[in-house]
Amino acid sequence: MTPAVGIAGIGLLGPGLAGWAAARPVLAGLAPHEPAPLVPPVPALLPATERRRTGPSVRLALAVAAEAVQHSGLAPEDLDTVFASSNGEAQVIVSILEALHAPDGAISPTQFHNSVHNAAAGYWGIAAGSARSSVSLGGHDVVFATGLMQAVAQVVAWRAPVLFVTHDVPLPPPLTALRPGDASFAVALVLVPGGGAYGALRLGYSAQAATAEPPLPTGFDAIRAGNPAARALPLLVALATGRAMTLSLALPEAAALDIAVAP
Amino acid sequence: MTPFRITTITATSAMGVGLDATRAALWARRGGLRPCDLPAMPEGVWFGRVAEAEAVALPEDLAAFACRNARLAELALCQDGFVAAIEAAKARHGAGRIAVVLGTSTSGIEETEQAWARRGANGALPAYDFARTHDLHALPRYLRARLGLDGPCISISTACTSGARSFLDAAALIEAGFADAAVVGGADTLCRLTLHGFGSLELLAHGPTRPCAEDRDGISIGEAAAFALIERAMPGDAGRIGLLGAGASSDGHHMSSPHPEGLGAVAAMRGALDSAGLAAADIDYVNMHGTGTRANDAMEDRAIARIFGDAVPCSSTKGWTGHTLGASGALEAAIAAICIEDGLIPGCLNVGRLDPAFTAGVVVTNRAARVDRVLSNSFGFGGSNCALVFGRLA
Repeated sequence: MTPAVGIAGIGLLGPGLAGWAAARPVLAGLAPHEPAPLVPPVPALLPATERRRTGPSVRLALAVAAEAVQHSGLAPEDLDTVFASSNGEAQVIVSILEALHAPDGAISPTQFHNSVHNAAAGYWGIAAGSARSSVSLGGHDVVFATGLMQAVAQVVAWRAPVLFVTHDVPLPPPLTALRPGDASFAVALVLVPGGGAYGALRLGYSAQAATAEPPLPTGFDAIRAGNPAARALPLLVALATGRAMTLSLALPEAAALDIAVAP
Repeated sequence: MTPFRITTITATSAMGVGLDATRAALWARRGGLRPCDLPAMPEGVWFGRVAEAEAVALPEDLAAFACRNARLAELALCQDGFVAAIEAAKARHGAGRIAVVLGTSTSGIEETEQAWARRGANGALPAYDFARTHDLHALPRYLRARLGLDGPCISISTACTSGARSFLDAAALIEAGFADAAVVGGADTLCRLTLHGFGSLELLAHGPTRPCAEDRDGISIGEAAAFALIERAMPGDAGRIGLLGAGASSDGHHMSSPHPEGLGAVAAMRGALDSAGLAAADIDYVNMHGTGTRANDAMEDRAIARIFGDAVPCSSTKGWTGHTLGASGALEAAIAAICIEDGLIPGCLNVGRLDPAFTAGVVVTNRAARVDRVLSNSFGFGGSNCALVFGRLA
């Protein structure tokens, strides 16, 4: 396993999970979970012209990133970033595909530059005024575990804090028929060398380990099933309850990420 | 950073299938760009198509991955003894200790473009394997299955720095102990989204791209796949080619326009030199991102001049291949390896007159010279910058 990596801040947005402070008692079973539709907030950090150009996936990412960084007390421009998303800003891709098949075939230049998978990272860089290293990952259904592994690898290898953000919104039609999803979900962790106010993690990679996703409290299974970013929920429950435990999350094709959580 | 040995590397692009063809094209100054002849593409542009990949069949048990990107990846990994080198690495490290870390900007989206044209009256798409084609993870999953590897599987998509970032991010995975070696690189293939997208930004060249030329007028899009195996350098590796350093930065400026003074590019290059423990004077050749757009090449010239003055020869090789987007950083890593092995500094192709405003040491003809260390630049939309230093291991 890796050395311990601390969690210095958490940001969270999901159905009935509006920010870490409000969600923590819900995830710990101390308050009822009342799923409510999630409207990604307008990113106040961005200049107005840029703000208008952002879609729901980017807005989710920026909101949880800002929350986590605020709680960490670290300066946003000092953080390397790892963004992970299965679907990216798919509504932009769908608009472009529609336009490509329309009679005139003209696509919008703004939509094209927003179609890159690292759009969320790019807007975060503008919002935070950051010149730091940033990488954006895919990962299909295992995007959270994949991103967490890469983010922790950077903290360990480069001994510098990393802002790790996983964000996904369901694919719009007609793609949703090929890859169903029904909730928006995003989580951000500020990961630092050593310990952190919100707990610490050590990770290990198991090449051969058929793994079922860890059990969740009643009601959260459906959220996890509806969004790949929500596969973060077992870790979030562990952090909310403050109990030391080891979790295993699935990775392709029969591998697992083992996560030792310390409060 | 710890230096990494490049145990094996291969590249396939419009200038050649495999390293021998790539090497021959570089020396002969024979570019691979042609007038675009695929249907429903922008009018009057040139591109770098790898037609040889189009008839490639995937192994039967992996047929579900079939798409333009996987076919090009399959063609590339069959070159230069790449598969045999991976088999040998499996024997050394074990399949579970070799990661697959690959970059792509559009993965197999061309499959979705084709399906889109066959939508039903209700707008529904015909059935196809979205997860194994369009999805970003399809590329590393394909190579992992094809090569029989069980280590970590990472897909990187940072637009045109994706292939370069794969070297940096794989290095972090290895340094943190998640793997002992990694298959890195990238693949990106021609698709309507990309060509029309750059067309919408009015960034496509009329005719073959002419990076650094006074009259340059944009990009020619190309497709490529390039892969390498990296592992920690050992004392016995002295003289072999390796990854010596890497630097990355963000512009934090604009989604598609580079910072005019190239601050992000300067930071990435300085970071790469620092992580390699090298000074600017230690670099023998800079392989530019050099897309052929007015803005990129002018910015990059200023950024290079700030660090290297005009003392270090630099050029873009995109006149041979076109801009292969998420594969370009990996393709240009292979070109860097050829330059070091052969003692070659390839001058920019298709340049009538070098932009007289440029102050860096841009070269437009080939030179034979000793090359021990190459700095390779990649820049992308979203303000993503990555610079890599390749060279002979100490």
